[in-house]
Amino acid sequence: MLYREAGQFRTSYADDARIFPLALDKYFFVAMLAFAFIVIPNVASQYWLTALLIPWLIFSLVALGQNILTGYAGQLSLGSAGFMAVGAFACYNFMLRIEGMPFLVAIVLSGLSAAGVGILFGLPSLRIRGLYLAVATLASQFFIVWTLDKFGWFKNYDPSGVITAQPIVILGYTFNTAAEKYVVVLGVVSVLALAAKNMVRSNVGRSWMAVRDMDVAAEVIGFRLMYTKLLAFAISSFYCGIAGALFAFAYLGTVEPSAFSIDMSFRILFMIIIGGVASILGSFLGAGFILLLPIFLSLLFHLVFGTSVDQSVLSALELIVFGVLIIVFLIVEPHGLARLWQITKERLRLWPFPH
Amino acid sequence: MFASKAFKRVIAGLVVGSALVAGTSLPREAAAQAKPEQYFGIPSFRVGPFAAAGTGFFGGIIDYLNYVNATGGVNGVQMVFQECETEYVPARGIECYQRLLKRGNQQMHIFEPLSTPIAYGVLNRVDDDRVILTQFGYGRSDAADGRVFPWVFATMTSYWSGASAMINWIASREGGFGNLKGKTITHLYLDNAYGREPLPVFRALSKKFGFTLQEIPVAVPGIEQQSQWLQIRQSKPDWVILWGFGAGMNSTALTSAARINFPRDRMLGIWWAGSEEDVIPAGDAAKGYFAVANVPPGRQYRLIQEIEKTIYGAGRGNLQDPKRIGTIHWNRGVVAGMFWVEAVRNAQNRFGKGQVMTGDQIRWGFENINLTPARMKELGIEGMMPVMRLTCEDHEGAGVIKVIQWDGTRWVTVTPDWVSSDRKMIRTMVEESTARYAAEQKITLRDCAKEK
Repeated sequence: MLYREAGQFRTSYADDARIFPLALDKYFFVAMLAFAFIVIPNVASQYWLTALLIPWLIFSLVALGQNILTGYAGQLSLGSAGFMAVGAFACYNFMLRIEGMPFLVAIVLSGLSAAGVGILFGLPSLRIRGLYLAVATLASQFFIVWTLDKFGWFKNYDPSGVITAQPIVILGYTFNTAAEKYVVVLGVVSVLALAAKNMVRSNVGRSWMAVRDMDVAAEVIGFRLMYTKLLAFAISSFYCGIAGALFAFAYLGTVEPSAFSIDMSFRILFMIIIGGVASILGSFLGAGFILLLPIFLSLLFHLVFGTSVDQSVLSALELIVFGVLIIVFLIVEPHGLARLWQITKERLRLWPFPH
Repeated sequence: MFASKAFKRVIAGLVVGSALVAGTSLPREAAAQAKPEQYFGIPSFRVGPFAAAGTGFFGGIIDYLNYVNATGGVNGVQMVFQECETEYVPARGIECYQRLLKRGNQQMHIFEPLSTPIAYGVLNRVDDDRVILTQFGYGRSDAADGRVFPWVFATMTSYWSGASAMINWIASREGGFGNLKGKTITHLYLDNAYGREPLPVFRALSKKFGFTLQEIPVAVPGIEQQSQWLQIRQSKPDWVILWGFGAGMNSTALTSAARINFPRDRMLGIWWAGSEEDVIPAGDAAKGYFAVANVPPGRQYRLIQEIEKTIYGAGRGNLQDPKRIGTIHWNRGVVAGMFWVEAVRNAQNRFGKGQVMTGDQIRWGFENINLTPARMKELGIEGMMPVMRLTCEDHEGAGVIKVIQWDGTRWVTVTPDWVSSDRKMIRTMVEESTARYAAEQKITLRDCAKEK
């Protein structure tokens, strides 16, 4: 009833190629962005901003990078956290070693550094596929963290082996408070998400999907495998690198290399599996599920049971419920949360008169 | 069809949940008005790979707070707390920090995550929030300098002090510093920031005393140690310092040592390689192994016995297994809780008895903790703690350890007195490090003389 497309005609190719072919979708999205940019920074509490929204946006960005590589280009990779580490430490070193380096330039440069490393570790993908490639990318994860850990130069010889992010200054304005940092993160994530959405709808994305679906066939119809695969690695690592820089500068502040552990890489992979493989929206939903659901469960349990139940039991219970929920969602919709949303939209078109 | 049914159930569950929430939250708000309460946040981890440490340590803190309340609180002020599960994951830890920060109109003033990654995650937040970050035997060693890290405490003994004290004890064992010359000491460490932290100290000391330092890293998570022990078998060091973390790495080191017949009483572990949980999995292989402790184990102290009587006697203990009373992790938690309450008590003595203290006031209390023998006698912790005082400049205080040995069933303290570190050398290193940090971060040093 509310959500309908009757009367909306596409009369040109430009109309047909829009991101949001339905007017309602477009208005909804613009309203949501406006809400996120204008209302949230003004009303959300410190807790919401720094503990939930900023990490969620950052992990959505990494999941996006992982989704480009794994979802769209079909290259199973387990190195996302390693590429994040490259971005974080590159950004720190650019800011430290180049006097007057603007933050946004440093962020882009750190993304490019990660992309370079990504290309290097993407080379094996030309020879190996699937699970075997995942094992090969594991090497990047361990190698990057080990390198950053081992050589003091990357950390400016800090005796505790950690880096402390410099303040975020853009055009002379210091982004210090939680709300300001949130706006920076949201801005970067919005731009990159839009770029990703457009990339996957254009010839770049189609070439990735062709390679994913059958690389021999893709080669036969004229896609250059090496270029396509390495491009996917480069862009995916670029996203991870920028997310890593934001992780260090807008979220943690002080980071050690071991923060980017193999655990994190696995969680990022789970995010896109739960959220939806080959889906931009799925990256955001998946990051929310893996990152925020345990927190909400914990809050709920605390409120419901308070201190009446032994904390150890409560903590274990949270984990159990979270695990069960993962299984339930995967059984209900193996294609992820993004698919659930799509089904909901399709049903909404008919609602409330299904026949 | 299935999906919509599932949704209905979820919504029904949420409705029931929120109804319960509304029901339970009201009476607590009302009760909060009655008595003055000092609120603490407890970011515990009771699940995951480090659950043994988490349940012991945070259990100890909670038991101590409950014990203080049972004996009348601090001048009538009750110590209340709220727990939050961090799972030792930084993101969860930061969420807990933000969640615990405010409860109604109460504010958290002390944060002790017992996790280096989480501590780093909140390091940049504590200044603005005026929260004291206490790192009880972990984290940045140079946080001992209160001029550069006004809100961070490396309470009691930092890694650097621990490393220096270890060499001091080995020297006494060898019959003096002169005998260290020509000896080989192996630093077997987890290959991350934690394991590399003491390297500058060991290197400086090896130059000073003329022993050979052999550095052998073990890749994270530390389970695979075959080649490392082969190396040790070839080099035949006089001592192996085990800088390991987690029961997996530590028990593997002990069983590997047993396999090549390296004497266990020539191995000395850092305090994170010296809890019951670290050695029990190694079985007999652990017998004779030395470790250092920043808080010694055992139930012989009066405070421990009183907690056992008042709290566990009444069935209100936090440990699920009361047998763990007196173990390393739990005793450490009790002492950590003791520091919190001492800080609050100091603050009350200065700023108003029977009142709820603010973050700045509690920090003043922390910086004026003075554990004299008389005060320790009152607290019932003689022998459990060294004579020590914290100041505005010195956020570490003691820099001492005790050495304990595993006899196959329990830890036995082998040094009746505290083994001290080279305080002067460590302080110089700390100040060098903080000077660099302050320059990099453009921090102006706090003037402690003005804050007396």
